Amino acid sequence: MKPPLFDYVRPNDIGEVVNLLSESGSDARLLAGGQSLMAMLNMRLLHPSLIIDISGLPDHNFIRCENNVVEIGCATTQRQFQSWAELSDKLPLLSQALPWIGHPQTRNKGTVCGSVAHADPSAELPVCFAALEGVAVLYSSRGERLLGWDELQTGMLETACEPDEMIRAIQFPVSETGTGYAFGEVAYRHGDFAIVSMAVLSKPQKTRMVVGGISDKPKIFEWFPTKNSADLSEMLSELCGQTEIFGDHHATAFYRRSLFRSLGFRLVREASGWVE
Amino acid sequence: MGRIMVSKKVTFSFNGKPVSDAVEPRLLLSDYLRGQLGATGSHVGCEHGVCGACTVKIDGLAIRSCLTLAVQVDGKSLETVESLSKDGELSPLQRAFQRHHALQCGFCTPGILMSFSELMNSNTVVGEEEIRDVLSGHLCRCTGYENIVRAVLSVFNGTQPKGPENGV
Repeated sequence: MKPPLFDYVRPNDIGEVVNLLSESGSDARLLAGGQSLMAMLNMRLLHPSLIIDISGLPDHNFIRCENNVVEIGCATTQRQFQSWAELSDKLPLLSQALPWIGHPQTRNKGTVCGSVAHADPSAELPVCFAALEGVAVLYSSRGERLLGWDELQTGMLETACEPDEMIRAIQFPVSETGTGYAFGEVAYRHGDFAIVSMAVLSKPQKTRMVVGGISDKPKIFEWFPTKNSADLSEMLSELCGQTEIFGDHHATAFYRRSLFRSLGFRLVREASGWVE
Repeated sequence: MGRIMVSKKVTFSFNGKPVSDAVEPRLLLSDYLRGQLGATGSHVGCEHGVCGACTVKIDGLAIRSCLTLAVQVDGKSLETVESLSKDGELSPLQRAFQRHHALQCGFCTPGILMSFSELMNSNTVVGEEEIRDVLSGHLCRCTGYENIVRAVLSVFNGTQPKGPENGV
């Protein structure tokens, strides 16, 4: 449980970071909060020759809101995001989801962009990123490009980010009036990896449900809203039946299917503000 | 392999005292503390961020020292459990742990104390819910968590006696 040999640099500007990335490519790894990367290094699941520390990268620790888009820089921690005064107003889904990420001690270091870049199939931030249809700002020595939520995550721990690219920031659209938001998950213990994590957006003409932990990346489901519990229950069973859902040693596919239906039922009702 | 990476120079504040040192890039902060600095108060448990025994504070925030490289403390202020007692006298938090029997073997205690010392320095209203949230980042395998919650609550409620206690 000790990391393998690597060299370490802490560049002072983003130009230096991307130059190093284009020189070293997949041999280098970016270290932001390190709450997943360091554990993987300790377990020697990775053998990079160079660690590029961007945790203190100047000008990249920010949360700004312009033109109804909230942008979060790659050095911003989950804790800073969670304590942002405008969070519950601008991004109510994130204000529900952030307390589910690990523990206060890991959110103190873990970054928002790092979690999206790590692309764990059950992690909270990639689920919210997909639910809100966020955009990633990628940067390399070739320049900047924007990638939408549907293009970024390509599979389990995989993104469309090229070896010489980094996620410089991510963007979430500000919440819309008339849309209800709900987030929830089931884990063995609060703060553990989620077995199933879920975000629901309830709009007048559309219910959008994003489910993590059932596949290699968050899965999207959309339907015309129903106001009837029996219909909703039937709809969820039908969607669940049509979906390939994986099982592993943490939880069987059978159990994940059952969570899909029960969590879905609860969160859709919560997001739509149903009162019994 | 046979490669050796060149050590990096680090300068930081350790429990209020300036330290200059050289560390290998891959050295974990937890191992640096215990092996190189001789500060064995912080314990090494799971080494992948789950158990919380190695929790220390960097710039006032409780973090996992097993998920931090020693080289990353450069320019920062690092505090460990050794910083809590002053002149041989336990801090109010430590006294509360003693009084409420919030530890048995004590392996997890240094990390837990550091997490709550961050909470004590924050200006938020702290109740049982916040305490349990912070405690969720730690594993204790002998006393259970009730006495720990009770001890921390007593500090925040002001029901903890001020001075050191005799006969406890």
